[in-house]
Amino acid sequence: MNVVQHAADRFMRWAFSVDPATWPHAWIVYAGFILLAAVLAVGFVALFAGPVTWLERRVAGRIMSRIGPNRVGPQGVLQWLADGIKCFLKEDLVPEGADRTLFRIAPYFVFGGMFGAFVVLPFGVHLVAADLNVGLLYILAVTSLVVVGLLMAGWASNSKWALFGGVRSAAQLVSYEIPSAFSLMAVILFAGTMSMQGVVAAQGGWPWDWFLFRNPFLFAAFFLYFTAAIAEGNRTPFDLPEAESELVAGYNVEYSGMRYLFFMFAEWANLWIMSAVATVCFLGGWQIPGVSPAEVAAAEGLAFVGWQALSFLVFAAKASALILVVVQLRWTVPRLRIDQLMFTCWKYLVPLSFVCILGVLALMVVVREGGTVDMILRAALLIFGFWAVVEYARRIRRTYLADKALYERMEGKAMWYPPYRMP
Amino acid sequence: MQFDFATVLVFLLVGAGFVFIALFVGRFLRPNLPDPQKASVYECGERAIGSGWFNFNPRFYLMALVFIVFDVEVALTFPVAVVVRDWIARGDALVAVVEIALFLLVLAAALAYVWGKGHLDWVRDIEGPGDEE
Repeated sequence: MNVVQHAADRFMRWAFSVDPATWPHAWIVYAGFILLAAVLAVGFVALFAGPVTWLERRVAGRIMSRIGPNRVGPQGVLQWLADGIKCFLKEDLVPEGADRTLFRIAPYFVFGGMFGAFVVLPFGVHLVAADLNVGLLYILAVTSLVVVGLLMAGWASNSKWALFGGVRSAAQLVSYEIPSAFSLMAVILFAGTMSMQGVVAAQGGWPWDWFLFRNPFLFAAFFLYFTAAIAEGNRTPFDLPEAESELVAGYNVEYSGMRYLFFMFAEWANLWIMSAVATVCFLGGWQIPGVSPAEVAAAEGLAFVGWQALSFLVFAAKASALILVVVQLRWTVPRLRIDQLMFTCWKYLVPLSFVCILGVLALMVVVREGGTVDMILRAALLIFGFWAVVEYARRIRRTYLADKALYERMEGKAMWYPPYRMP
Repeated sequence: MQFDFATVLVFLLVGAGFVFIALFVGRFLRPNLPDPQKASVYECGERAIGSGWFNFNPRFYLMALVFIVFDVEVALTFPVAVVVRDWIARGDALVAVVEIALFLLVLAAALAYVWGKGHLDWVRDIEGPGDEE
């Protein structure tokens, strides 16, 4: 049952005392409710994409031993609003000799393709606009619209930089679509459903029930998906379409003002989409540890709202952790060259994702679920995963301490301020 | 079901509408001072030499062809992947595995062929084996 439809039905029974199945004007209320859901999603996108740009710039400042935006609002947290207003008030330029129509409609494709994915992203137990039964396939399909938009922007600008950027991004996005689709296919094989909520329901709240630790090949598929998704989002190890140092800005070099902002908007919002899909498919989605979905569904009134909020918090925490990793990767890993990029995709990721699918398939047939071999594999993966997280944190701490000691020896004063007094 | 896809339609319309409204409202607030210098194409400060629409070596063309093969394969295999778990539960595990494995192996052969031809290399020698056609 669709959650939005259910809410609309209840609203009609309560407000107009009619049966929604027979009432001829029910579609108006339905349209209103869907519109409400869509507007809420736009609000979420705006309120996510904005502040996360500020976050990334602050993190980048830290990693590069500089300050980052700190003027607008306390700690610079309103910087994104200032940037937005500035772009809003900037002149909208269309270069001489450009294909004006294509140039103007390219941002619609980029933003629309990105925003379409929010239909099926589950934020909580019932917090999903429409749980399509082809959810994962739909996400892969609708985000492909972004490629059309980028190619359109690159071609229509009539600029050499933009053309290079557009062609590169088309090559990159279509290539990396394959490993990401194949690693999601491994998930579908294992879950037996394409619906996002179905994939979440097949997992559990505790880490040992996540798909990540259920099967060694799914563990590998997670890293394949994550790599491919970073590449599809044009994030730095793979940000060749807009490589600042060689292509100046790539496909969006001729854009200005609000039209330019929509490309950036889509890029940042895509950060949420990739982290959310990875969370849903591998990290247990919104499942609350120790609480079964049946228990949540049975709750009424205030308890129901509480569970929804808690499941959203669990989901947001997992997705934010992934986003922080992506942000950190951007400022620590150098950019690949275009031929290395294609090489990585077609000669490593695609064959490896084939192996993942066949491996998942073979293990599903050979290993009995809940049997001894299954349990040993899961325990080993869990220990390995735990060790990897600890090692990751330990290395960051070591780098940080070394940096701090160096700075204090050179400058004779403390490097980091308490958070409330950061410059 | 119709409701779900109506949601998709409304979301796409709202996405486009958001872009449109932002641009439309901005039209009344932003300046519009056309200038030939501003309208010129950016080419690192130099005056642009010729048009941006020139004969361009479409390296991505072959990759796009390979991509289509693989993407169609994805669209065909996703539905099969959904029912594999049921088949295994029903005892038809062998059929499921052989069908998917066979399909994937044909594709792997295609990938190996393209790879062997050198079409996956972005940087290619003009006289190299990859540029016969």
